[in-house]
Amino acid sequence: MSTQVPESVEEESTTETASAGKQKRDAKKRERAERVQEQREAEAAEKARSADDTFHLKVFRYDPEVPEKQEPRFDDFHVPYKQGMTVLDALMWARDHYDSSLTFRHSCRQAICGSDALFVNGSQRLGCKTQLSDLSEPIRVEPLPHADVVKDLVVDMEHFYDQMESVEPYFQTNSLPDGELDEQRQTRENREKVKMSTRCIWCSACMSSCNIAAGDNEYLGPAAINKAYRFAMDEREGEDMKQRRLEILEQEHGVWRCQTQFSCTEVCPKDIPLTEHIQELKREAIKNNLKFW
Amino acid sequence: MYEHDVIVVGAGGAGLRAAIAAHEEGADVAIVSKLHPVRSHTGAAEGGINAALREGDSWEDHAYDTMKGSDYLADAPAAETLCKDSPKETIKLEHWGMAFSRDDDGRVSQRPFGGLSFPRTTYAGAETGHQLLHTMYEQLVKRGIKVYDEWHVTRLAVSDEEKPEDRNCHGIVAYDVQTGQVEGFRARNGVILATGGLGQVYDHTTNAVANTGDGVAMAYRAGAPMEDMEFIQFHPTTLPSTGVLITEGVRGEGGILYNENGERFMFEYGYANNLGELASRDVVSRAELTEVNEGRGIEDEYVHLDMRHLGEERIIDRLENIVHLSEDFEGVNPLEAPMPVKPGQHYAMGGIETDENGETCISGLYAAGECACASVHGGNRLGGNALPELIVFGKRAGHHAAGKDMEEAEITTGKVGDYELGEVDSPVELGEAGIGEDAVADGGTAADAGASVSGVDLVQRAVEDERETIDTLLEREDGIQQAEIRERVQKSMTRNVNVFREESALKDALRDIREARELYQDVFVADKSRTFNTDLLQTLETRNILDIAEAITLGALARNEFRGAHWRKEYQERRDEEWLKHTMLSWNDGRPELWYKPVILEGEDKTYEPKVRSY
Ligand SMILES: Cc1cc2nc3c(=O)[nH]c(=O)nc-3n(C[C@H](O)[C@H](O)[C@H](O)COP(=O)(O)OP(=O)(O)OC[C@H]3O[C@@H](n4cnc5c(N)ncnc54)[C@H](O)[C@@H]3O)c2cc1C
Ligand code: SF4
Ligand code: FES
Repeated sequence: MSTQVPESVEEESTTETASAGKQKRDAKKRERAERVQEQREAEAAEKARSADDTFHLKVFRYDPEVPEKQEPRFDDFHVPYKQGMTVLDALMWARDHYDSSLTFRHSCRQAICGSDALFVNGSQRLGCKTQLSDLSEPIRVEPLPHADVVKDLVVDMEHFYDQMESVEPYFQTNSLPDGELDEQRQTRENREKVKMSTRCIWCSACMSSCNIAAGDNEYLGPAAINKAYRFAMDEREGEDMKQRRLEILEQEHGVWRCQTQFSCTEVCPKDIPLTEHIQELKREAIKNNLKFW
Repeated sequence: MYEHDVIVVGAGGAGLRAAIAAHEEGADVAIVSKLHPVRSHTGAAEGGINAALREGDSWEDHAYDTMKGSDYLADAPAAETLCKDSPKETIKLEHWGMAFSRDDDGRVSQRPFGGLSFPRTTYAGAETGHQLLHTMYEQLVKRGIKVYDEWHVTRLAVSDEEKPEDRNCHGIVAYDVQTGQVEGFRARNGVILATGGLGQVYDHTTNAVANTGDGVAMAYRAGAPMEDMEFIQFHPTTLPSTGVLITEGVRGEGGILYNENGERFMFEYGYANNLGELASRDVVSRAELTEVNEGRGIEDEYVHLDMRHLGEERIIDRLENIVHLSEDFEGVNPLEAPMPVKPGQHYAMGGIETDENGETCISGLYAAGECACASVHGGNRLGGNALPELIVFGKRAGHHAAGKDMEEAEITTGKVGDYELGEVDSPVELGEAGIGEDAVADGGTAADAGASVSGVDLVQRAVEDERETIDTLLEREDGIQQAEIRERVQKSMTRNVNVFREESALKDALRDIREARELYQDVFVADKSRTFNTDLLQTLETRNILDIAEAITLGALARNEFRGAHWRKEYQERRDEEWLKHTMLSWNDGRPELWYKPVILEGEDKTYEPKVRSY
């Protein structure tokens, strides 16, 4: 036992010095953290002040969890401008330099992942594809209308995904070639015909802009109909399958709900002629003598 | 806790293919992904998929080009597997309805690409990746495979035996982005990492913001070595202001590079007298930067890529997407003017060490796609060779994890057999520094070593550890924000560990990374909400960026030679006697341990003799 006494004393004293040392280190670290953080803020403020140009953004804010943020509001951000800057760049700058809780979806920065569709100055656009210089100030940035807001600019996409998945959005054919190295031939013309429809990036801008979709929760909506078009018009699927696809599209909440308002076509960032595709499917349906709601 | 046979982390091309393959084998498979599948970065791939499909071409030729392109740092069994399997995997996509571009006879089109001896790049306009990703996601929907989307995986649940080769992976821990809930996912058979690239280590990159190398860093901290991390590919044609990629297809179709004097410099200055613009990527990137450094760049920054002479019809038919990218992101209409381009970070040749079946040295842990290194690309990846990698190795990993009998792998993983320890002269202490002071392996704490714990318990414990980490981050009231730390690392990497590398700069980078690690000890999350907290997620990602930046730099410092994309000022030669070996880094008590394993140049029935690469 006796040998343990000095040992534990020693242990205590080392922990004591250790904890004193730790306190010192912690204090130093805190100091450093404060210094770095202050520097960053000062630099950001300086950049904003000295920039030849700043852009004024009014950004929608809402957080269901934080009491001060439960009441939707708009925050003002003044972002220093650089040639070529997009709405997404501005949001990222504001988040990284002013308020790290500013929340939005984004990933590719090149109009292909479809995650940053927003409501900018009153219309649906991809943040990454919209140049600040094309907009009039103050620039209002809001979440997509007609969808539940999760937080700030993030909306719930479940309904959109459900509609997309309701049209059997996958290739189906009975006539696959036998050889695993043999292709199903497709004419260049046919590929051209479906090409635009295959460009959809699931951004949901069209759905958000559509009055009919806003009023009828079951309406398939432009993106899902376009997805069905992509397969219905693909000659490789064959006639039987086309028939089946037209039946899906002909259902009560299908193509006939479209009132050709063209708002989807106007907002689609991939320039897909959505209204035209919907109209064409209506014509096909008539040709096929299907039900008429 | 959720439970499945096979859990795939990530839903890009590799993850989707792996999930479909596991499902084919009858496994109960689920995907856990921080992005919804169609948001994955595979969608951004433009140029195409290499596959030897035509008369006059063969998988052997494709393998030869791949080995040569790799500067003899690829492992032949992996490269041959890639080239042998690619044709049928590519046609499988066609059978799934993928909208490939077509020839007049209705077959899928192919075009020339850099470093290829045959025009074997199969494509869908300049949006091949988009078409591939969506086609594969459609197949997932068709099969009803479960996807947990917007779940951010933060660690692996791996047992903690002393040697990584004895460890088992039992599952993962993930964070539900929408609700902030941390949950365990137990995998009865295996976990497949398919988390994609790590471009966010740099500040000028073609990669998405989500490409933060999470899978590589998680596997590393759980004990699987990182392989050949110093080999980073810089793509010669990215738009200067954003890093958006202009596909190699432009050069494949006949696009020409000019310097400020209007000279076609690839020929004019002898960078590649035979292939010119179609030399491999490392060669063209260096040529462009040399032009800029020698004062022949435009605005001291970039060069011009001109495709106007191809004619509007051909451009719209094959490269339409490029017209939009150039207009939207650079304000240049390439039908009327040449596009400004410069090199940008593009692809990580290195990654988690795997064999040809996608397996790592940890049982039950697999990796496929860009996060993995089965070593098909070696020192330099050929354009159009990553997409086939996703489908070939994604499928193999999926089958293997689901329990299908696979041929025995020829590549060995982990520290077995023929390896040698390495040394590197670092100016600062490496590694360590997580959130708080301790840095233990992700599997558990050292105290548990040897005790037998069930898989479920192991996952549960990993979940508890992770909850604690996240609580700590959220409870801190002040400190340094991740954006500051991330930016420092990204800038330093671009400045010091870019296309041209020299010892002093590499050491500067290691010092900067060390400093960033120390700042990271004080990182805090200002957003206290549990709902969609991107501040928190970025903070977790930044930790991964740190580990990966260090690995890249360390490997670059250690490799005293010039091979593939790795150019060293002090060493202007490929040194085969000493360096036909892979750089390996293992997480050893919180520090990187450097070791090497030999390259396998023996293929099925021939050996790829290193030759001088000339284009
Ligand atoms: C612009 C561009 C163009 C390219 N063009 C070509 C080309 O023409 N031909 C070619 O062969 N190659 C090309 N490449 C390379 C190729 O596209 C990529 O290597 C490949 O797509 C990577 O696919 P992946 O499945 O490994 O990863 P990704 O598609 O990046 O997917 C990664 C997945 O992992 C998920 N994930 C990541 N971290 C986590 C986490 N912590 N938790 C949960 N999920 C996570 C993401 O959500 C995502 O779903 C290109 C690359 C770029 C960037
Ligand atoms: S059709 Fe256009 S607007 Fe609609 S989801 Fe697709 S890309 Fe977006
Ligand atoms: S960030 Fe991907 S579409 Fe805008």
